[in-house]
Amino acid sequence: MFAFVLRRLAVAVPTLLLLIVFSFVLMHMAPGGPFTGERALPPQVLANLEAQYGLNDPLWQQIWNYLYGIVVHFDFGPSFVYPDRSVNQLIAAGFPVTLTYGGLSFVAAVVLGVSLGVVAAIWHNSWVDYMAVGISIGAQVLPNFVMAPLLVLVFTLWYRLLPGGGWSFTDPSFWIMPVIALATSYMASIARITRSSMLEVLGSNHIRTARAKGMPEHRVIIRHALKPAMLPVISYLGPVFVSMITGSVVIDIYFSTGGIGKAFVDSALNRDYAVMMGVTILVGALTILFNLIVDVLYAWIDPKIRY
Amino acid sequence: MTKLFATTALIATLAMPAYAIQPAEGETLAENQTYTYWLLDAIKSLDPAKNTDVEGSDALRSLFEGLMIEDASGAMVPGMAESHEISDDQLTYTFKLRDANWSNGEPVTAEDFVYAWQRVVNPETASEYAWYMELMNIENASAVVAGEMAPDQLGVRAIDDKTLEVTLSKPTPYFLNTLSHTTAYPVPRAVVEEHGDAWTQPQNLVGNGAYTLASHNLGVEIVFQKNPEYWDAENVLMETVRGVTVNDNNVALTRYQAGELDRVQIPAGQFPRLSEQFPDQAVSVPYGCSYAYVLNLSEKGPEALKDQRVREALALGLNREVIVDQVLQGGQRPAYSWTHWAINGFAAPEGGMAGMSQEERMARARELLAEAGYGPDNPLKLQLQYNTDDSHRLLAIAAQQFWRPLGIEIELNNVEWKVHTDRLQNQDFEVARYAWCADYNEASTFLDWFRTDGYNSGKWSNEEYDRLLAEAATAEDTTPLYQRAEEILAEEVPAVFVYHYAKVDMINPAIKGLPRENLLNTWYAKDLYRTAE
Repeated sequence: MFAFVLRRLAVAVPTLLLLIVFSFVLMHMAPGGPFTGERALPPQVLANLEAQYGLNDPLWQQIWNYLYGIVVHFDFGPSFVYPDRSVNQLIAAGFPVTLTYGGLSFVAAVVLGVSLGVVAAIWHNSWVDYMAVGISIGAQVLPNFVMAPLLVLVFTLWYRLLPGGGWSFTDPSFWIMPVIALATSYMASIARITRSSMLEVLGSNHIRTARAKGMPEHRVIIRHALKPAMLPVISYLGPVFVSMITGSVVIDIYFSTGGIGKAFVDSALNRDYAVMMGVTILVGALTILFNLIVDVLYAWIDPKIRY
Repeated sequence: MTKLFATTALIATLAMPAYAIQPAEGETLAENQTYTYWLLDAIKSLDPAKNTDVEGSDALRSLFEGLMIEDASGAMVPGMAESHEISDDQLTYTFKLRDANWSNGEPVTAEDFVYAWQRVVNPETASEYAWYMELMNIENASAVVAGEMAPDQLGVRAIDDKTLEVTLSKPTPYFLNTLSHTTAYPVPRAVVEEHGDAWTQPQNLVGNGAYTLASHNLGVEIVFQKNPEYWDAENVLMETVRGVTVNDNNVALTRYQAGELDRVQIPAGQFPRLSEQFPDQAVSVPYGCSYAYVLNLSEKGPEALKDQRVREALALGLNREVIVDQVLQGGQRPAYSWTHWAINGFAAPEGGMAGMSQEERMARARELLAEAGYGPDNPLKLQLQYNTDDSHRLLAIAAQQFWRPLGIEIELNNVEWKVHTDRLQNQDFEVARYAWCADYNEASTFLDWFRTDGYNSGKWSNEEYDRLLAEAATAEDTTPLYQRAEEILAEEVPAVFVYHYAKVDMINPAIKGLPRENLLNTWYAKDLYRTAE
């Protein structure tokens, strides 16, 4: 197992490197640059800016300087669009926000989704099942960009219970709506995966055997059915966790959280190369890490899997 | 001693116009003097040399003060400069600075301006707005930007602590109007040099404006607190100003209605409903930008557009009244001139298209197209490019429909913003939507765009036009020159002008002092106050 983890980490380095080079080249290939705008800059002003940011160097040189800065100084460079701040500062400000609401959403989605799915599977084809399926389909078809303004309308304008947006690490009232809006559709997916996987497991031989031995139903469910039923759920959760904690552009826009999800999209549209690269690397590294964690969890859950 | 001070203060108040707006009779001030305004996005920079956008400028006007500031109508009144003298050749301006302090208690000196302006043009600063010093025509600005001269060769110097001398490369009638712009603000040298790029962080920032920076959570909220060191602090009523970012306009409107914001832009198309429902809150005022479809007349442009009759037909065929009344619905006005109708001292030339009915225009357009050889059997095909935005899309569809009866087939081409601007600047388009906003309140801010050496993405060029504008720069009476220039634009149609902007906002009636006549929508938080409801 230990050797497996080491091997995977060793592969992660070239993977990340490739990701960086590809993103860098693709980003620079897109038409326009960070300084193209409504008014064309005089050539001399543009030249000064490009010199300042090293954009007039050959591309390989730029990539090299960029990698050097990251590896040697852990410096992801200055932002092109926010000249007062470095990429490190921007990520340090935005990531904790999305980590908070994304992490909470993840917990909410998993707890509710798994419960809903398990309940639906146990009372298969009963009103409980229909209701659970109904809820999850309803949650799935209500996209977050519809849900977010709706929540603001109800909780901010009509009932004046919650602030309509913004962010505070100390006041949880700012967290509630982002978490509901983000968690809902994930919860629905988790519920559906759990339900179908659970149904399959409940119909398998080892469950029949357990029941035949007279084991109490709750023990059958918890000890023998739930664990194997979680396998497909967990493989789904790995990437979902990463995408949740790195934020959602929709949530960031509608609730103006200052999170990193919006920075991702904005930096691409603004050609803010450095921010774009910083966030890409963050998401890439986290994805690699959590895929590894999922694989390790697999081995723990399913004794048939060995590395 | 105290008495002497009191008397001096009194004389100063009498001798100068009252700057900060004061409550009218019968108004009661609210306990809580806080103003919360809406920001669409994060503020990109709080460094006067690096700021490029409107939202940054709004914030900088609270934190800093230039030589001149604007009153409620947009006219220049003394800011840091108490008075000024202009030399007979109009090339040298000498400013006398008032006694004022930075927020750290240090005095504001002429040297602070010299340092700040040199910093803007210094290639090492890499200021995106370095061109602004060239627009101001400050001597040697272009050479310094180009790296051909040292920054200390810029035509600005401190004669003593309180006297600033500016030398221009040519007489510039609008020069004083450029001084309220954020790029021309002073910055505190010691602070900038000590903290580098981080000098604009709340814990470091030192300004000479009416407010200090209390906190700045990027993309969420920026908070300003009244600056006790400000020279006119006793007349500043608003204690706290908050800029709250809401990235979605509709959500921002909801939050305004929930009382979280005091001012918000009205989303497109909602003005008629809101002004009926909230007549005391929905406000539409002229705003100094013009919208146009630029025609590519460069070598890369389509052959058809090189025919003046075709261009004129396009201009005639666009039903601007419908665009303004049915699509935009927010008090915008149809544009038959490039210069915004409300620009100070500007009067659009008489006659032309503006006086015709749409039927007459369509008939004329058909004639012109037929003469040019286009008609039902030989349709004119053009591509209209616009950047991703709901209102640009709506307008492009409307234009497509208006031109169709003339036998013009428009293919719509929607691209993202950076691609759009990149193609505009490289003449890779046929017809492209464009908007220009005034830098200062004078017609040349619009008309310069079409000069042969102006931004002029369509590469139209006209000798007489260039000559008229060069003449206008030093002319006593510019009106006939600008009118003739607009006539040339109307005849030659380098672009189809669509509409003149209006700013449509919901404003909390308790907030007083927001200017309604300032075309550039320049507002100063120091002029605001909140009345008790």
